[in-house]
Formats: sequence, C-alpha cells, structure tokens
Amino acid sequence: MEMGMKIDLPPAATEPRDPSRTVPDGDPMVEIDHLRFYYSGKEAVKDVTLNFPKHKVSALIGPSGCGKTTLLRCLNRMNDLIDGVSHTGTIKISGLEIYESGHDVTELRKRVGMVFQKSNPFPKSIYENVAYGPRLQGIRKRSTLDEIVERSLKGAALWEEVKDRLGESALGMSGGQQQRLCIARAVAVEPEVLLMDEPCSALDPVATGKVEELLFSLKERYTIVIVTHNIQQAARVSDVTAFMLMGNLVEFGAARQVFTTPRDSRTEAFISGRFG
Amino acid sequence: MRHFDEQIQEIRQKLVRMGGLAETMIASALRMLIERDDRYYREVTEREEQVNGLQIEIDDMAVRVTALQQPVGSDVRFLFMAARITSELERIGDQAINICQNAQHLLKAPPLKPFVDIPIMAEIAKRMVRDSLDALIRKDVSIAERVLTEEDKVDAFRDQVFRELLTYMMADPATIPRALSLILISRNLERVGDHATNIAEEVVYWIQGRDIRHHHEDLAGLESNAT
Repeated sequence: MEMGMKIDLPPAATEPRDPSRTVPDGDPMVEIDHLRFYYSGKEAVKDVTLNFPKHKVSALIGPSGCGKTTLLRCLNRMNDLIDGVSHTGTIKISGLEIYESGHDVTELRKRVGMVFQKSNPFPKSIYENVAYGPRLQGIRKRSTLDEIVERSLKGAALWEEVKDRLGESALGMSGGQQQRLCIARAVAVEPEVLLMDEPCSALDPVATGKVEELLFSLKERYTIVIVTHNIQQAARVSDVTAFMLMGNLVEFGAARQVFTTPRDSRTEAFISGRFG
Repeated sequence: MRHFDEQIQEIRQKLVRMGGLAETMIASALRMLIERDDRYYREVTEREEQVNGLQIEIDDMAVRVTALQQPVGSDVRFLFMAARITSELERIGDQAINICQNAQHLLKAPPLKPFVDIPIMAEIAKRMVRDSLDALIRKDVSIAERVLTEEDKVDAFRDQVFRELLTYMMADPATIPRALSLILISRNLERVGDHATNIAEEVVYWIQGRDIRHHHEDLAGLESNAT
C-alpha cells in the first residue's frame, strides 16, 4: 500500500493546526468505544468498538443499511442534524471526546472534513470554492489565500488542470474534477481527519483512479476514513478495513488480512460477492 | 451455482485429473523397473504430454479468473495455490520420466538384487501424492498434515537404499552403474515426496491462510491486525 502517486506539496501558508501532533503515525487517531447509535429508538450501530489509525486509510465496508455511513457521520456529528437520534458510548478524536457537552461542533467540523458521494461544489469560481473555508476562519490576506488555494489544489492533484482558469465557475468542471475540488476544499482548512462517503460512486474509472491515487498522498497528512460499496476499491486503497453487518462490526483488521485471510465466514461471503 | 464458482470447480477438477495422471506415471515407471518391461515408458511419456497440457490450461485459467473476477479471501488463495500446484505435479511427472530413463539403463543388465525398499518407497510417495490431492478435494487439513509427516519416512528409505547399495559397490565395482541408477531412482522418489509435501503445504495455505512452507513446526496463528 506504499505505492501510489506522491505529490510535492509546497509548505503550508500558515502553520497548520495540529493538536494531534502527539499521536504518532499508526496510533489510534479516532477511538470509538462501545458506540450504540439510534434513529428514533431503532439501533443502527450496535456496540461498536474500533480505532482508526493516524495517517492511514481506513475503509468501512458492508451491505446497504449495515450502519457504515451512520458510523462515518457520527465522526463529525453530522447525525446531530437528524431528529430523534441518540447514542451511547464515546468517540475520541486525537484524545478529545467529540460528544462531550460543550464541545464546539463547528470546531469539530474544521478538524474533521468530509467529502460526499456526489460532488457538491459551490456555484462560485474554482478559487472561491477552495478559499471559502479559510475565509470563514478569518484569513483575509490575498497572498495567504493564494498559497492555500495552490497548496490545496496541488494536494488534490488538480492544480495543473485548473491553474489557468481559477476564476472560472466550478460548475463547468468534469465530475471527477469537481470531486477533487471538493477534496481540495476539504483539505484547505487542514483537517486532522478526512471522511469520505463513497467518493467515487459517481465517477468513471479514470476519475476513480485519480481519486484513489490521491488517497496515497493525502494520507501522509490526514487520517482518512472512507465508506465504499466497491470492495475492490477498499482492497486497493485501505490500510485497515472494517466490515459491518446489520449494525455490528463483524471484522476489523489490516486490509491485506481481511482480503486474503478473513477470519469471519460472513466477511469472506461478503467480500467474495456470495451475499450482500 | 455462480459462474465464478463453476470456474473454480473446473480448475479443481482439472487439478485432480492432473494429479491422477502424475500418480499413474509414477506407478507405470515403477512397473517398468520391477517388471523389466520398457513398454511402460511410452505410457509415461504419453501421460507427460497430458500433464504438461493441463499445467498450461490450469495456469491460464487461474490467471484469467484472477484478472476478470478479482477474487478475494479463500478464492484468491485457491487460485494461487492452483497455479503453484500445477508446477509441483508437472515436476512429479518429470521425476517419473527420470525413473524410466534410469530404469532403461538397468534393463540392459541383469538385476542387481531383488527389490525391497524401492517399491515400499514408491508406495509411500504415491500415497503422499494421492493424499495431498485428497486433502484438496475434501478440503481437509488433517489429511494434508499427514502428508507432511510422511516426508521423513521417504527420506529415511532413500538413506537406507544408499547405504545398502554402497556395500554392493564397495564389494564389486562392476555393480556401480546399476547401483547408481537405483540410487538415482530412490532420489527421484524422494523428490516426488517433496513435491507432494509442497502440494500439502499449499492446501493448508488455501484452507487456513497459514503459510507453513519452510517451517512446518510453526503452527502459530495468523498475523494480527494492524491496529
């Protein structure tokens, strides 16, 4: 999993926030402990305990309705926006409990960026899409914003394709470019964790390949958690893989182990396409 | 049955057929030696062609299924196992040819001595081949592990054959060419046992995901997860 495109990133325009600097690479960055999550009393995530290691790609796989997207959305409290939800258990990100009362959700979402299934660029220029987050953080200086935009677009392997048309509307880009723009937008605020919910499901194989290659370079700076329905994609890009079924965590381990010697027969049946 | 499972099944059947051919090649080579009848040589060479053909067919299928179906878990282990087993079976066939060639030399001269150990050795080697494939058919690790324990017996017979024939050669240098041919045959049979052992190791890998090559005694569990 060490292969892949390496991108030379220019130095950060501002000193990146890194409260996680005490977490060594590979150690738990996201710690989920006995998490149970309910939609109007119905248990969607059942007593899940697992850790996502720092600066690795972790994949969540499982059939539709298994709770993997719910679990992902717990990590930046996206589920808070839904009525009737409740949970027990804890989730810590670089050691901080994110559901603790008084925890600033806006601050959390700066630390935990998200890329969705369908690219959703703002109806603004390419430049403004990327500069949007840093502007909200109060960065006004043009040269600093320029540096952030260039660094983020390079980080998303998009710079060479768009550097001469940064002022054009993002809506004129191809689907694959739009998705990489959303990744650039997410990394512009230097999150610690990047959540990806089926980021390639609307992309063609070429664009999918570009996003997958991108993950190899992004994980050097970010901890990535990806939900995918594409088993082969999980096998290609993830360092660790979690298989969920009906809200339960069935198996969690190194991707090379899960995909070559799964311990649970249900995992084997799912990844080999014999059910699900 | 899914198309993919049918392809896996077809590969398995071809492996078993290839194994059966390899085993009968050893049996025929031994009959040539013991019955002093070189008509068996033709049988062995004809089967070798079939074995070689099956090796190419199975390897091609394994590559094709891997590329097109992108297997995972025990399926991908099965396909790698299959491709490696074909090499072992093809080499068992080569050992049968070598036995025939050594037997040809022996047929040109009167028998050196009655056969005692070599037929027993051949029986064990054939049984090892049969059991290693039986383990594959039945998906039974205990049969594969039995094959692993047989390897030492074959090695012991090879050493015994060598010691005995050494005394013949020391007593009468005229026996050296025949004794050497017999020593080479015992060596061929020992190699058959080695190939059967390799097949059994592959079967264990397929069934349990444990790679026991080079360290049978190490029965430690699987690699722990990365966290």
